Amino acid sequence: MQTTSAPARSRAQSLLAGESIQRLLALAALVILLVFFSIVVPHFASTNNYIDILTATAVNGVLATGVTFVIITGGIDLSVGTGMTFTSVVMGIVSVNMGLPLPLGLLAALAAGALVGVINGALIAKAKLPPFIATLGMLYVTLGMAQVISDVHPIYFEGTQPSFQQFFMAKPVAGIPNIVWVMLGGAAIAWILLNKTILGRYTFALGSNEEATRLSGVNVDRWKIIIYAVDGLFIGLAGIVIASRMNSAQPGLGMGYELDAIAAAVIGGNSLSGGEGSVVGTIIGAFLISTLRIGLSVAGIPDQWKSVITGLVVIGAVWLDILRRRSRA
Amino acid sequence: MKLTRLTSLAAGSMALALVASACSSSATTAPAGAPASAAAPASAAASAAASAAASAAGGAASAYTGPTDAGTAKGKTIAIISKGEQHQFWQAVKKGALDEAAKLGVTATYQGPATESEIDKQLTMLQTALSNNPAAVCFAALDSKAAGALLQQAKDANIPVIGFDSGVDSTIPVTTVATDNTAAAAVAADHMASLIGNAGTVGVVVHDQTSQTGITRRDGFLAQMAAKYPNIKVLPPQYGAGDAVKSADIAKAMMTANPDLKGFFGANEGSIKGVLNALKETGNEGKIVAIGYDSGQQQIDAITSGVEAGAITQNPIGIGAKCVDAAIDAINGKTLPKTIDTGFSWFDKTNINNPEIQAVLYK
Repeated sequence: MQTTSAPARSRAQSLLAGESIQRLLALAALVILLVFFSIVVPHFASTNNYIDILTATAVNGVLATGVTFVIITGGIDLSVGTGMTFTSVVMGIVSVNMGLPLPLGLLAALAAGALVGVINGALIAKAKLPPFIATLGMLYVTLGMAQVISDVHPIYFEGTQPSFQQFFMAKPVAGIPNIVWVMLGGAAIAWILLNKTILGRYTFALGSNEEATRLSGVNVDRWKIIIYAVDGLFIGLAGIVIASRMNSAQPGLGMGYELDAIAAAVIGGNSLSGGEGSVVGTIIGAFLISTLRIGLSVAGIPDQWKSVITGLVVIGAVWLDILRRRSRA
Repeated sequence: MKLTRLTSLAAGSMALALVASACSSSATTAPAGAPASAAAPASAAASAAASAAASAAGGAASAYTGPTDAGTAKGKTIAIISKGEQHQFWQAVKKGALDEAAKLGVTATYQGPATESEIDKQLTMLQTALSNNPAAVCFAALDSKAAGALLQQAKDANIPVIGFDSGVDSTIPVTTVATDNTAAAAVAADHMASLIGNAGTVGVVVHDQTSQTGITRRDGFLAQMAAKYPNIKVLPPQYGAGDAVKSADIAKAMMTANPDLKGFFGANEGSIKGVLNALKETGNEGKIVAIGYDSGQQQIDAITSGVEAGAITQNPIGIGAKCVDAAIDAINGKTLPKTIDTGFSWFDKTNINNPEIQAVLYK
């Protein structure tokens, strides 16, 4: 009797080893960067500064987690930034303008995000638009809609919903604002979805070989819509987080946030061609970007150089990933 | 094998950061003196009465009064291209402009790009507006140099151009309706200095380095500090694009790097919102002096509660109204002064409820 279990295990082991190495690489780079800044830049090595880095990562961490799902399928989502603005405005309208209880507002933000995701998914799966184009179009639609429904006016939570910022920015554990735990909790849920559910299996399958997945009887269109909807839920969550930081819904910002989200996912080892990746890597990538930015800020480096360095790090990370893949193949 | 790649990524990051540190040691301070721009003639051309009146209280508006009748401009279209809709300031400008247009019986169209960094989109809007052959164009340049060719096109078509808010680096506009931002920022510097006892470290968060308002407010603040308060150290300005979240993170980094920081100046509404958020998140409200620009609900609340020491308010409704007035005068062939100063005021807890201040604040 042939036992195929032994060779199968070693193949799985080597696959795992490859993935783990990329995550370790990103984590090691993050640690090295933290150590470097702590030694070289005065005042960097302080508890308050580390907490600032955590706080600054919260919004991008949530957005990047959402976009990870989509990137693993081989797609992309450019609408996450302005989508986030749209969901925060929806929440503002429900909780402030309409005066409904805060939990309804939170649900409304998530629902608005899911709606954006469903539309994206439908455009991609049913109308067969390339993800880049579909989500680019939705970037403009959500940017505009956020301004339309808010009448281009910020919506402030302080007057009617003071508990909103009080809750999300409270620091009951280790002096760290709750939004950081929200981000980590969201990442944990995303990890479970990706690694322990059929949604996750199909996400990877779509990214590795969409045609084979379709031929094996999976309703690819439906699952794509579901996956983009999950991404949309994270967009909604990001809208809640950013609104809590500013205690308001600001219809003017958001454009450009999608780039940081995608950069975080890519630095963390998610391949833009799909089929592999992890949420752990994404979160590490998001921390890396914040650490870099804040470290350079505290060092007093001019804005212009901060951008250049961040871009070079993204390029370097992807290049290393490609080298690693090539050596493994 | 994997270890060498690891060390190469680490070495690469460190090398880059080292190079950047070396580059940052070169001067990053703003150019000395106000740049030759529409703002500079404003301070020079401001009447003697205005400069005498400019004090810690604010800057008086110039004597220009608009037309009471539209004349040949009646029923014609004035195209207004603003800097965007990102801040409530622009909504107030829009209201001032459209109300004045309706009052005098002219049609005004008002548009602006989604964010204040979309210079190219603004130029496209200007191009489209010119193609529709308006009777006049009002333009608030996001980049004071980039619109040169389009302005020439307007001149060739005999369409008068009225600059507003940020001046345009060109002789083509027949007038510029704006605040004397240089003088206003200097007043902010005066107040900052007196609030921190004329000594200490101060941080500046600006929205951008390309628009006239970004340049003149930054330079005005820095120049006044350098000229009158040698014991105050101003940190190199940081730019947050007017995004409240980004500005908050930048302000926090500045506080981390300078634990003895005594004050922040936010050069526009988004920047000061970020500073206020940063003070709240770090528990430094009331410990660090915050001075801002423009108004908006968050600043009004902060000044009323005392968290923010005060701010410079422009007259956005006046800017909107006066640029329509100037456009109508230009259409009717009247000569206009090179600049129309719409004035600014310092406001804080003590005078925020005065009617003249309330009239220029917006929410």
